[in-house]
Amino acid sequence: MKPAPFDYARPTSVAEACQVLADAGGGATVIAGGQTLMPLLNLRMSQPFILVDINGIAGLKGVSRADGAIRIGPATRQADALKDATLAQHLPALVTALGHVGHYQTRNRGTVGGSVALGEPAAEMPAAAVALGATIEITSVRGTRSVKAEEFYLGPYMTVLEPDELVTGISYPEWPEGHTVLFREVAQRTGDFALVGMVGALALEAGAIARAGIGWFGMGPTPIRARQAERALVGKALGEIDVQAVAELAVADTAPFDDHHASAEYRRTVGRRIFARTLRETLDIRSAA
Amino acid sequence: MSEHKIDLTVNGHRHSATVEARTSLGEFLREGLGYTGTHLACEHGVCGACTVRVDGVAMRSCLMLAVQANGCAITTVEGLAKPDGTLHRVQQALKDNFGLQCGFCTPGVAITLATVLEDNPSATTSEMEEAMSGHICRCTGYQGIRRAIRQLAGEPA
Repeated sequence: MKPAPFDYARPTSVAEACQVLADAGGGATVIAGGQTLMPLLNLRMSQPFILVDINGIAGLKGVSRADGAIRIGPATRQADALKDATLAQHLPALVTALGHVGHYQTRNRGTVGGSVALGEPAAEMPAAAVALGATIEITSVRGTRSVKAEEFYLGPYMTVLEPDELVTGISYPEWPEGHTVLFREVAQRTGDFALVGMVGALALEAGAIARAGIGWFGMGPTPIRARQAERALVGKALGEIDVQAVAELAVADTAPFDDHHASAEYRRTVGRRIFARTLRETLDIRSAA
Repeated sequence: MSEHKIDLTVNGHRHSATVEARTSLGEFLREGLGYTGTHLACEHGVCGACTVRVDGVAMRSCLMLAVQANGCAITTVEGLAKPDGTLHRVQQALKDNFGLQCGFCTPGVAITLATVLEDNPSATTSEMEEAMSGHICRCTGYQGIRRAIRQLAGEPA
């Protein structure tokens, strides 16, 4: 038995879950898929007094589409989201990123919301939420609030979530039909957290870029939106984009660090290259079409 | 610390037990019920040895609590072969191709491959290999496992 002892609650409604969180006075941790939390518990890096299991709350699962947005219930399994027809049609960038989250076995249990809420800076889901302009719906006994993904992350595994709050939905604005997916990551092994990765989308109109949303993972303490690169791309015709210059701008927004896997300089170099390559491939395909 | 009563089936057999909340499903299967075919190694979701099938889906039994398996149907490696001892075709393929060395990782490997093939009997070599990325064989016996996968996909070894 590896984790420190804890109590366990399995609420069946959001209201009940929020009440348990509020009553715990900061000592509770929410478990959805547990694919990141269980290792932290087993290593005793996380020692909650009570675990609040949200898998019994039916309303927190599934994908819906309304009012120009796609809403994903946070307890939706990554494997289910990967097979979802609505996401495949309207949010292919998210689906592409999902295919790189962990392994087949962990995607079968891991949830979209769990990954978004934990805020691992090298994970795909937080970066996809930032890149695609998602809004995170947060509920507690004090009410419901919405936070833009870009403002949700404060540092590694640190978010604006208060101890009594629960993520109850993630809404992604719709992207126009036929938009282009940008995705590339460099990891030491399939399924590992990325050393460097990027995810995003480009919407084209009449041969020019009408909208861009691009996010980095593994390139700083939080997922980071490549704002300068986005600004440089929007409004440009496909033929007049200086790919190398945009890649420089994209990396200029990052804040990578040294760790035992790679140096900050390595991450910047690889980031610059994967960004340029991904953008060039996309533009070539689009120009040829 | 809290204790919880759970009911579940393992390989078709019904079990009831009282578990501490912090007990993982893998530990409960081994220590609580004696299904020692499920092997626990890294216990943080990296190695894949402990993979079992929960309600038809392959997942890490070290990354799930026993209490969360209440009401679930579990299949462990002991449940793959027929009661008369006839091996599951995944087990037979691993055997035919020397797809194991020390055998420690094999229960998880067999469960993953059996589940992939159950979901899609015509799964391709690359689909099975993709699922296999979630398993580590510390003997590095991967070539035998890959030969077994090719046999399962109906390709020449």
